[in-house]
Amino acid sequence: MSITLTLIGQSIAFFVFVWICMKAIWPPITEAMAARQKQIADGLAAAERASLDLELAQKRATDELKDAKAEAAALVEEARQRAAQMVDEAKEDARAEGAKLLEAARADIEREVNRARETLRKDVAVLAVAGAEKVLGQAVDAGAHAALLDDLAKQL
Amino acid sequence: MASGGPLTAEGYIQHHLTNLVYGQFNEGHARAQAGCEEHCVAVGDWGFAQTAEEASQMGFMAINVDTMGWSLVLGLIFLFIFGRAAKQATTGVPSGLLNFVETIVDFIDDLVRSTFQHSGNALVAPMALTIFVWVFFMNLMDLIPVDWIPFVAEHYLHIPFMKVVPSTDPNITLGMAFGVFMLIVYYSILKKGAWGFFSELAFHPFPKWMFPVNLILEGVNLIAKPVSLGLRLFGNLYAGEMIFILIALMYGGLVMSVAGGVLQLAWALFHVLVITLQAFIFMVLSVVYLNQAHDVMEEH
Repeated sequence: MSITLTLIGQSIAFFVFVWICMKAIWPPITEAMAARQKQIADGLAAAERASLDLELAQKRATDELKDAKAEAAALVEEARQRAAQMVDEAKEDARAEGAKLLEAARADIEREVNRARETLRKDVAVLAVAGAEKVLGQAVDAGAHAALLDDLAKQL
Repeated sequence: MASGGPLTAEGYIQHHLTNLVYGQFNEGHARAQAGCEEHCVAVGDWGFAQTAEEASQMGFMAINVDTMGWSLVLGLIFLFIFGRAAKQATTGVPSGLLNFVETIVDFIDDLVRSTFQHSGNALVAPMALTIFVWVFFMNLMDLIPVDWIPFVAEHYLHIPFMKVVPSTDPNITLGMAFGVFMLIVYYSILKKGAWGFFSELAFHPFPKWMFPVNLILEGVNLIAKPVSLGLRLFGNLYAGEMIFILIALMYGGLVMSVAGGVLQLAWALFHVLVITLQAFIFMVLSVVYLNQAHDVMEEH
């Protein structure tokens, strides 16, 4: 178990192996590891950003939904008011129309009544004269009693 | 056994602790001397040592083919697995292998980031990864039952010795520690300049006029780093391997075999911790030493 050339041989082998490891083995492995580490870190950062974005988007969506709901409610409310208003207007119109019609009918009736009264008045004079003639048995001069007849007619 | 002699406990242990050595024969070898009768070699020839004695006679001019070979194979397995992962490396969903490799790379990266305070050094982290996985693989060979590979090698491949755990060979552990040491010296000089490095060794911790004392203290301190680094790993794994060998000696007879099996399992489970821990310690200390090498001290 003496010291021999083996020692020098092993030293040379040591340097050769270390050199090969340094040139061909260590750099690619550590570089790949570092690159993968960076990739994973980037991926995680992106995922975090995405989840943040998602949260924001969800918040925005909720806000927009709320706005839309409020708007819809406002529209419905407006429509309801409008409908009520329209109904009121229609009622008002109908009432006014009815009143107008009533007024017209009343005026018609008045006119009819007046006309009937006018006719009646004319007829009354004739009837009165005819009646008087029958009672008196003679012709009554309508001209002579015109004032009387007019009086009668006016009382109607 | 290569010698073919009777199997004794001592011989068995000795056999397990002997490297397959390829080296240069010298005058000390019986086979290279005048009275040689068979398998003779000439002084200066290179060849495999047939016995432990021959191996130790070769001295420095020898290579432990088994541990060196296993060390290279395990290092190549490391490069293959991690190289495949590096080729698959994608920023998309990682595959199973890439996932596994990334776990280790991430672990090392975090550790180096917290331990190594200086930026702009592209070598330290890959070095830590290489050390950790390579040493772990080398230690892991300890968990393979001690006789499997040597048995196959001896009986089917006719290789007399086969030590399969590279980190039980001080040459391997000290070789790596020496590599780390060279990096320490290189970065010390690069960051502080030759004079800065020298003054750190010579003018510290005592005043300048005591620089010989400082130099000895700091020199020992500097040398102790790689030596302790290498010997710690070697010692732990050698002791672990030794215990596995001793447990392996117990087999034979029902009671002893069962006891041996239980012991081996228990020790292997415990050894899983040791293996990982020693690989981790070797790596962390290397990073710490390199960090110190980058520290530029203020003038005292």
